[in-house]
Amino acid sequence: MMTYRFLEHIATADVAFEAYGTTREELFISCAEALLHTMVHQLEDVERVQEEIIKLEHTDLDLLLYSFLEELVFQKDARQLLLHADVVRIEEADDILRLEAVTSGEKIAPQRHRLVVDVKAVTLHHFQVVQEEDGWRATVVLDI
Amino acid sequence: MTLPAQLRQVSSTIWELPVSFKEGMLVPVRIIASEPLLATMEAGVFDQAANVACLPGIVKYSYCMPDGHWGYGFPIGGVAAMNPATGVISPGGIGFDINCGMRLVLTNLTEQEVRPRLHKLVDLMFERIPTGVGCKGFVKCTRSEFRHVLEKGSRWCLEKGYATHDDLKMTEEQGSFSGADASTCSERAIERGVDQIGTLGSGNHYCEIQVARPENIFDQETARAFGITIPNQVVIMFHCGSRGLGHQVATDYLQTFLRVMTKKYGITVRDRELACAPFRSPEGQEYFSAMKCAVNMGFANRQVILHRLREVFSQVFRRSPEDLGMDMVYDVAHNTAKLETHRVDGKEKELLVHRKGATRSLGPHAPGLPACYKETGQPVIIGGSMETGSYLLAGNGGASDTFFTTAHGSGRTMSRHQAKKMTKGQKLLGEMEQRGIYVRTDSYGGLAEEAGFAYKDIDVVTAATEMADLSRRVVKLVPIGNIKG
Repeated sequence: MMTYRFLEHIATADVAFEAYGTTREELFISCAEALLHTMVHQLEDVERVQEEIIKLEHTDLDLLLYSFLEELVFQKDARQLLLHADVVRIEEADDILRLEAVTSGEKIAPQRHRLVVDVKAVTLHHFQVVQEEDGWRATVVLDI
Repeated sequence: MTLPAQLRQVSSTIWELPVSFKEGMLVPVRIIASEPLLATMEAGVFDQAANVACLPGIVKYSYCMPDGHWGYGFPIGGVAAMNPATGVISPGGIGFDINCGMRLVLTNLTEQEVRPRLHKLVDLMFERIPTGVGCKGFVKCTRSEFRHVLEKGSRWCLEKGYATHDDLKMTEEQGSFSGADASTCSERAIERGVDQIGTLGSGNHYCEIQVARPENIFDQETARAFGITIPNQVVIMFHCGSRGLGHQVATDYLQTFLRVMTKKYGITVRDRELACAPFRSPEGQEYFSAMKCAVNMGFANRQVILHRLREVFSQVFRRSPEDLGMDMVYDVAHNTAKLETHRVDGKEKELLVHRKGATRSLGPHAPGLPACYKETGQPVIIGGSMETGSYLLAGNGGASDTFFTTAHGSGRTMSRHQAKKMTKGQKLLGEMEQRGIYVRTDSYGGLAEEAGFAYKDIDVVTAATEMADLSRRVVKLVPIGNIKG
């Protein structure tokens, strides 16, 4: 099942998507997939050869998602790593949300990865995370 | 589309939304556009320009240039001047790609001389100037050296032999914003950008070989002053910015401002992307310094790319860059905030001018112009789509109303996904080759997203800037070779 869809009518020059998950953790994984799919044509082209653990915390769920996606963008530039989010755990204690994500991927290989566009940043324009009857939905606009 | 009911026509190129359009607006919105361009603007443009009009300290009008389109925070093409004493600074008014900008370089070669070696030139450019997702540059520097790049911009390039004195003269602010303190950039920002000097990036960033055909020269005298003197002269135009460093600076301070904006300064905004802080606050000043570092990275990045271009042309033509006349026409930034002096209601005032996807456009005799452009006004470089061509214009005195600002590009009218549905990158590449434009790219998908039909008509945009007296057309430049990420 497609867990995200790209939106046509927000921020013409950039890329917007809506992602879904039955749990918060699934939602985060869907968003990471949509982010990777913005940069590479086929997700399967990015092999899982190296594992990276990402740990983050925030008081707000939406800004935790923002930090998570921003970390993936950072890894792309600082370490040339394209990453899949394999497992996400979110725990709450003392009003703080703590995220631990197991991600895996590999260095950018333009010959194999069929790259699309570079993501410069995650914007906060229309950025939202909402809980609905059957799960969670996020709207994200990426700066291209 | 339906225009807002309250939009009032002020002149043939000025359209105004009154403060009653949206609660909290402190000044009216002014859209600079011809009627056909206005009709192509999305509802988001009016809404976003109105949000900008609500920002504390905004002076006169929240402007949007003729190529304006729906962005995030500010519209792309948005211009807002703030009173530095009472106003705010907002990363959303500058964009993530701080000092994304244009550079135009001359050669004394003609199209006839370049055509037989076009493939070799473009292939070598593609090899030497890294493009695409997460690309790394050839300049290896330590983090502490990189901090010098951030504080000095093109002056660092001059010290390292990547620039000439004339290059600096022909760059806005001589390629270096003063007051840039690298300690205001996070370690994350440094880590993200340290390997990226001399890289193009992707999206709408490109480096293009273009021709100034005699029939495309609008103003012979100014063209001559700008160095366009030979029929079918070949020039090189490129568009890129401060890469990961700038993107990270904007991301970092967006979050800082969100933390302090309401709690510490009691400011609320209509879009979190407009997060801001008082310009004179510690956070505002820190961001201003970090932004200057990113501006300097943008200048250094384009300067190192120019150095590589000179090497490439030199190798292919077996002549020195000096012998090939590879001098800069100008380098101008699109995404910045600057303290500038402007005349407001008859009085000189210092203002913090935010330009997001908008070009500074100084008229003749304006302070800050290189001596050789005193009579002509500042060269304004407006990049079109890679299919349709670009323009070299000159700043006009009439731009004083828009804080000496004009358009920056064609402006998109179609989303990236829609463009990809309409054409395939490989097909487009073939079609462009048929029409005499040789393109190299790492991304066919990205190429399709940049197809000409996804943009407004550059002829219409530049004509509108002329009608509004912001800038006048000097020469239209048509592409023959292009590399993109």
